[in-house]
Amino acid sequence: MSNNSETATTTQTQTGDSAWTPRIVAFLCNWCSYAGADLAGMSRNAYPASIKIIRVPCSGRVDPMFVLKSFERGADMVLVSGCHPGDCHYTSGNYHARRKLMVFRELMEFLGIDSRRFKMSWVSAAEGAKWSSVVRDITAEATELGPYESFPSFATWEDSV
Amino acid sequence: MSPVATEVKTLNEAAARAFEEGGVSVFIGYGRSSDDEPAVPVFLRKADEADKLVFDGTCFSNLAVYLAKPEIKAMGKVGLVVKGCDRRAVNVLLREHVVERDNLFLIGVRCAGVGDPQLGKCGQCDVHDPPDCDVVVDDAVDSPSGDASETYAAAAEIESMSLEDRWDFWKGHMEKCIRCYACRQACPMCYCKRCIVDKTEPEWVESSATIRGNLAWNVARALHLTGRCVGCGECERVCPMGVPLGTINQKIGKLVEQWYEYKAGYSPDEDGPFSTWTPEDPEIGIL
Repeated sequence: MSNNSETATTTQTQTGDSAWTPRIVAFLCNWCSYAGADLAGMSRNAYPASIKIIRVPCSGRVDPMFVLKSFERGADMVLVSGCHPGDCHYTSGNYHARRKLMVFRELMEFLGIDSRRFKMSWVSAAEGAKWSSVVRDITAEATELGPYESFPSFATWEDSV
Repeated sequence: MSPVATEVKTLNEAAARAFEEGGVSVFIGYGRSSDDEPAVPVFLRKADEADKLVFDGTCFSNLAVYLAKPEIKAMGKVGLVVKGCDRRAVNVLLREHVVERDNLFLIGVRCAGVGDPQLGKCGQCDVHDPPDCDVVVDDAVDSPSGDASETYAAAAEIESMSLEDRWDFWKGHMEKCIRCYACRQACPMCYCKRCIVDKTEPEWVESSATIRGNLAWNVARALHLTGRCVGCGECERVCPMGVPLGTINQKIGKLVEQWYEYKAGYSPDEDGPFSTWTPEDPEIGIL
C-alpha cells in the first residue's frame, strides 16, 4: 500500500495513480454546504476523493477542538464550510462559527501550526460548482504543502480510526 | 453597597467594616504562613481575627478563585480583598452570574505591584485603583510604573518568531507539561464542575502527558477563556514546569481587543465576544 515511509502516508488509487494524496477532513453544514456538495455530485461535477466529509447541522456546531482533533488523527488539511453570512439556517450559527474559528486560526499560527492547513468556506446549497472548485483548489494546495508530518499525530491514519 | 467606596487606613478596619456593616459570614484575604514564604489566603469568620491580614508584594494569588467554590458559596455573604487584576476577575464572575454583587463586600487595595522583581503584568496595570469596591484600602499609594501599551508584549515577542521557530518553542514547552492542572486550579474562571478534560467516555481531550495531549489541553483551556481571561497571570506563575502559557491567553486577549473591541473584566454585565457577533466580523481567507 504505502511506498517508502511508515507513518502518516497511504496511497489512494485514483485512475491507477499511486502518488501520495492528501487527507482532507471537511465539516459541512447540513443545510447549505452539504447540500451544495450533494448538488455537485448530482450534476456530475467531479471533485477529488481526498476529501472526507462530516455533516454537522450548522457550522456553528464545529468546536475548534474538532479541527485540532482532525490533525491529531492524521489529517493534512481541515475545511469547515457553512452557509453564507446572513443566510444561516439557524440565523446566526455561522456568525458564531466565524468568531470561534477565526480566533482559533490565529491561535494555531501563534503556536506554530500552519494556518494554511485550515480552510473555511461559505458554500450555499445552490453552489455545486463552487464546492467542486473549492475542493479542487484546496486539494492542490494540500498536495503542495505535503503530508503534515511535524504535527504530533497518532502514528498512522489506521491507528486512529 | 455605597456608590463611592469608603477609604480606610488598614485592613483591620476593612475587616471590621466587612463584618459589622457589610454583614459578611466569611472574609477572604491574605495572611502570612512564615516569613520566607509568599502570602497565603486566609479565611476569617469574625472581625477579631483580622490581625492575621497582610498586604505586601507577595500577595500574588487571585482570591476571586474562591468565589465559585461551593464551600464558600454555602457560607453566605463574602468579604474579599482584591487587587485591580482580581477585581476584574470578579467582574467576569458577576457577568457569568457565578456571584451576585449584593453577596459580596469588596475590599479594594491600591496595589503598587507584586513580586520582586515586579511581575510583568504589573507594569501594564490600568486598574491600580480597583473600581466599584465597598471599601478601598490605601496601603500603597504608588502606582506601578509602566506602559499600558505593553500589555501584549510577551505575546508579540513570540509572534515575531518564524512559524517553524514558534512550533519548536511550543513543542519544547508541551514536552515539559505534566498535566498537574495547577493552571486550572489557580484560575478564577476555571470553575466548571466537570472540566472538559475530566470527561472520559468519550475522551474529548487526551489526558496523557504527551506533546499531542498537552497541546490539546492548553489550546482547549485558552479557547474556553476567550473573552474571559483578565490576564492576572496566576496560571503561568503557578506552573511548576515554567510553561509560558499566559502568553497564549495574552495572544487571544489581543485578538479579542483588536477584532471585537472587548477586554474582559471592565464591566459586570457586558456580553462576551463568543456570545455576540456582528455581520461585519473580520474574516481571513474564507473561500
